[in-house]
Amino acid sequence: MVEEIGRTADGDIIINVGPQHPATHGVLHLVITINGETIKKVEPHLGYIHRSIEKMCESLTYRQFIYVTSRMDYLSSHINNHACALCVEKGLQIEVPSRAQVIRILLDELTRIASHELWWGAMAMDLGAFTPFFHAFREREAINDIMEETCGARLTMNYIVPGGIMQDIHPNFQQRIKDFIKLYKSKISEYDELVTGNIIFQNRMKGVGYLSTEDAISFGVTGPAARGSNVSCDVRKVYPYEIYDKLEFDQVLETGCDSFARYMVRIREMNQSIRIIEQLVDDIPEGDFQAKTKAVLKLPKGEFYQRVETARGEFGVYIVSEGGTTPYRIKFRSPGFSNLSALDHMARGSKLGDLVAMMGTLDLVIPDIDR
Amino acid sequence: MTNEELKAAITELLPAAIFEEGGQWITVNVEPADWHLLATKLRKDASLLFDFLFCLTCIDWKTHLTMVYHLDSTKFRHNIIIKSKLAALNPAIETVSDIWQTANFHEREVYEMFGVNFIHHPDLRLLILPDGWEGKKPMLKDFEDPINMIRL
Repeated sequence: MVEEIGRTADGDIIINVGPQHPATHGVLHLVITINGETIKKVEPHLGYIHRSIEKMCESLTYRQFIYVTSRMDYLSSHINNHACALCVEKGLQIEVPSRAQVIRILLDELTRIASHELWWGAMAMDLGAFTPFFHAFREREAINDIMEETCGARLTMNYIVPGGIMQDIHPNFQQRIKDFIKLYKSKISEYDELVTGNIIFQNRMKGVGYLSTEDAISFGVTGPAARGSNVSCDVRKVYPYEIYDKLEFDQVLETGCDSFARYMVRIREMNQSIRIIEQLVDDIPEGDFQAKTKAVLKLPKGEFYQRVETARGEFGVYIVSEGGTTPYRIKFRSPGFSNLSALDHMARGSKLGDLVAMMGTLDLVIPDIDR
Repeated sequence: MTNEELKAAITELLPAAIFEEGGQWITVNVEPADWHLLATKLRKDASLLFDFLFCLTCIDWKTHLTMVYHLDSTKFRHNIIIKSKLAALNPAIETVSDIWQTANFHEREVYEMFGVNFIHHPDLRLLILPDGWEGKKPMLKDFEDPINMIRL
């Protein structure tokens, strides 16, 4: 998993971390130059799970390509689908019924919480605490059950389609969400007791992986990782889509610029997601769940770009259409790819053991990086 | 800034710029030779301050390639698209990784997928493709792979 592969002229050791390493959460391959314990350079080698999704999408229709996007950032699959649906709707100027809009946002925010729960458990496990993983999965399981009942799948839901959602919600949907909120509120204090307030944990996070505000913007870092460096970049606030501009929630910002700040952003963000869900869950409007669309979708000639906020940052869909039933070119701006590019800058000069904390707080999902 | 103001400001920086409207954001077409200088000005100009390059990609039009840069300003929250037409044979353009560090990875991706040579790029190597990859660039329209299914 970690082995020496060579030495530089200065006598620094070059080692491999990954691609099969539990702390990289997937097949990420890092070639690291170290001098003793100190990192001098981190070089990511990507592509172990590259499936050329962008190329495949060129031969998929506007109804089909959404299913592939669930497989990119599999922890935010709803939000990826949402971005693609919004982009197609923008091209075709489809009005989405308000019932579908509300359900989409409910699912987006549930996905965000589930993703942050998984991140929290896995991150604590990377730093040597095994117990939090089970605590996180207890709550995440409840969300997965809601998803399973309504969407028919637990991970790659493919529930959001151009024009609305695929089918109406399960009758238990609202009650299940209310039960989840109750469960979440009774358990969330455990997170702080177990991990956040733990002095060993804080010492491993504070001051580790410093990323200044200017660097975060320059490296294109987005999402909670950038908001930990005090960059106001929440797409839901800055470029509101769907009905986010009518909802009350705060953009979570921290000024610490270190791993602990990024950690705190995610913990606080979960509470904001709960706030959004509470505003919507009781009055889902009646009506259609899908707009009337043609069986075959043809986007007019032109370019369409849609950005959304996934659990990891700004996700962009860029469609270039020549007027046919399939996109001429499609580009997915994945948050993980840009976030990873800052890792080398953050890690230089710090200890090898701290690299895990940095990767953890960047919340890397490898299929999202490779696409 | 509104689109009109952006247009005026960019015309001042680069009189040769050609504008396209009608899309979501204003599009500026520039010659590859003018791009690096304009990029520096876009980043530095106090009233423009395009500090966030949120998307960098390339489109293969068979007869030529088009580089596409999406820019955003985190202070003013205005957006523009910059496009630059490259020749299909030996496409090359100046790197902007010295202006926006995120361009480093994105340009490496475009380099291996489209074969665009980024002049003065600090580290132009394969990023996603396996080491030693030779032959056609995978994202070009005439790329065929007899073994792996890419076209569905």
